[in-house]
Amino acid sequence: MAINVISPGLATSVQDLGRPGYYHLGIPISGGMDRYALRAANMLAGNDEAAAVLEAVFMGPELAFTQDATVAVTGADLPPKLDGEARESWTSFAVKAGQVLSFDYLKGGARAYIAVSGGIDVPLALGSRSTYTLGALGGLDGRNLLAGDVLPLGAGTAAAEGRSVPAKLRRLPGAQAELRAMPGLYWHRITEASGRRFFEDTWKVALEADRIGYRFRDGRPLEFVERTPPFGAGSDPSNIVDSCYPYGSIQVPGGTEPIVLHRDAVSGGGYFMVGTVISADMDFIGQLQPHTPTKFVSVDMAAALAARHDRQAMLNEIRAMLA
Amino acid sequence: MTTRYSFGGDEHIFVEVDEEMSLEAFFKSLSITNAVRESRIEGVTEICPANASYQIKFDPDVIGPDDLLAKLKSLESAAGESEAVLETRVIEVPVYYNDPWTHETLMRFRERHQDPDGTDLDYAARINNFNSVDAFIAAHSGAPWFVTMVGFVAGLPFMYQMADRPHQIEVPKYLRPRTDTPKLTVGYGGCFSCIYSVRGAGGYQMFGITPMPIFDPKQETSYLRDFMVFFKPGDIVKFKPIDRATYDKDVAEVEAGRFTPLVRDFTFSLKAFQNDIDGTNAKIGEALHGH
Repeated sequence: MAINVISPGLATSVQDLGRPGYYHLGIPISGGMDRYALRAANMLAGNDEAAAVLEAVFMGPELAFTQDATVAVTGADLPPKLDGEARESWTSFAVKAGQVLSFDYLKGGARAYIAVSGGIDVPLALGSRSTYTLGALGGLDGRNLLAGDVLPLGAGTAAAEGRSVPAKLRRLPGAQAELRAMPGLYWHRITEASGRRFFEDTWKVALEADRIGYRFRDGRPLEFVERTPPFGAGSDPSNIVDSCYPYGSIQVPGGTEPIVLHRDAVSGGGYFMVGTVISADMDFIGQLQPHTPTKFVSVDMAAALAARHDRQAMLNEIRAMLA
Repeated sequence: MTTRYSFGGDEHIFVEVDEEMSLEAFFKSLSITNAVRESRIEGVTEICPANASYQIKFDPDVIGPDDLLAKLKSLESAAGESEAVLETRVIEVPVYYNDPWTHETLMRFRERHQDPDGTDLDYAARINNFNSVDAFIAAHSGAPWFVTMVGFVAGLPFMYQMADRPHQIEVPKYLRPRTDTPKLTVGYGGCFSCIYSVRGAGGYQMFGITPMPIFDPKQETSYLRDFMVFFKPGDIVKFKPIDRATYDKDVAEVEAGRFTPLVRDFTFSLKAFQNDIDGTNAKIGEALHGH
C-alpha cells in the first residue's frame, strides 16, 4: 500500500530530520529546511516527530492514495485539496483509499511539509530517509519525485482528524524578513565601516536559493582589510585556505553577494565568511521566496541561545497540545 | 602558527590553526580533532578536520558554548606536546592526464579562464615555470600527496603535496566557476589537488581524470561496499600517470567489479619527513611497489 505520484510539483523530496555525523566527509545533514513545520506536520498526522515527510517547494504535488491515512500539511501557505475540495493547513484530515490530494497556488512562504500517517517509508541511507540530490543519496533513488513514482508508507495508526495547531504557533515570514546572525569566522577581513553597512543594508533573496544555500543581492559590496595573501589561500581578497563551512554561515565570494548555507550545505571551500545565522532562524530561511527584502541583524551568543529557547518553547506548546 | 577560535553561530566552534597552509598546521588540526573524538564529549555532533583549520558542531542545550571552547583549548595544548606520528595508508590513484573529457569541458568554458588560448595544463605548467606539460605532469605525479580535507561535496578529497614550499605547485581557480565538471576529474586550485567525486560545478583547473570511483551512494563498487566514501583525512595518495588503453582497461575492470586500488599501510612521522622529504617519499614509493 502506498501513494502514487500523479504529478511531482516543482521540486518535491522526501525529508526527515537528517543524517548528522558525516559532515567531515562532505555529506551534509540534509532533512527538512523548516524543521519546526516538519515536526508539527508529523505530530498532527500522529507520527513520530522525526518521520519522513514530503517537502514541496513553491508548488504542490498531486498524490493518489491507495490506502486510508491521516494527512497534515504545514509550513508554506499552500492550500491542500482532497478530490478538489479545500482542506485546512496545519490541521489533520482523513484520506480514503482512492482519493487524490492536490494543492492550490502558493499564497505565502516557500516550502510545505506533507506528513502522512505511518511516514514515507523509503529505505534508510546512513541512518536517514532524507534526500541529498547532489550526492544522489537517500529519499527515492537520491532524487526529487517524478510522475509515476510510488511512495511506500510505513505501518502507522491513523490519528484523529481535525487536530490543529493554533494560528499563534504557525510560523511564516511577512513581506520583509530579518535574519539574526552572529558576526565571526572571518569577520576581521572586512573594514569596520563595511561591517556596519552589511547590517544596515536591505538585501533581497536572489533566484539562486535552494537547499544548498540562499543567495542575497542588492546590498553594497564589502570592503576588505588589505593583506598579503596567506600561502594556499589564493589571490582574491575573499579567498581563504579552504576550510569547513558552518551551517548557516554567510560567505561572500568576491565580496558581493552573501550566500547563507542551509541543510544540503557544501561542507567546505575557499571563501571567507562574515558570520553565521543563528539556529533559531534557520527554519525561517527555508520559507523565504526570491525577491523578499531581508535584513541581517547582529546578535551575540546570549541572544542566540535565548531565541533558541523561545523556539523550543513554541514546539513544546505544540507537543503538549497534541500529546 | 596562531590558533584563532570563533563561534559559528550557536552550534559551531570554528578553529583556524593557521592562516596559511602547511603540513604542520594540518597535523595539528588532525591531532586535535582525533583528541576531540577520543574525548567523547557529550553534545558534540560533528568533528570536521580541514586543511589548516577544524570545526566542531555541538548542541548548546547539552554543552555550553564557553565550556566546549575551554575544553578545545585544553585539548590544543595537549596536542602540541604529542609526537606527530600517523598510522595511515598509501593509495595509488591512476590518472589519465590530458584526457579528452576534461579537455572538451575546459574548451567549453574557455571564456571563464585566465588563458583562453591554451589548456589548463599549458597554463599551470607555464605559470609554475615548467618547460613543458610533460615536466609538469612528472612533478604532479612525482611527490605523493596528503589528503588534508574531505568535503565540499560528498567524498571529495583535498590533497596537499608532500614537497617543500619552493616545489609546491600553485594555480588560481577559474575566473568564474564552471557549471560542469566531469565526474572523477583531477583538479587543482590554490595549493590543493582534488578529485571531483560527482559531476557538477567547479572552479579548479582540470588536469586529467581517474578511472577509480571514490564515492558510490549505491555501494555497488567492489571496494566501496563497506562504506560509500573512499578517502579520509590523513590518507596518502600517489598519482600514477596512465594512457588511454590502461584507462579503458581500468574502467572495464571497475564495471566488472574486479578493480582493486593498490593500498598499503604506512607509518608517517612528521619529524622524519621534515628531516628528509625525499627519503620519506621514497619509502612511500617502496611501500607501494617494493624496492
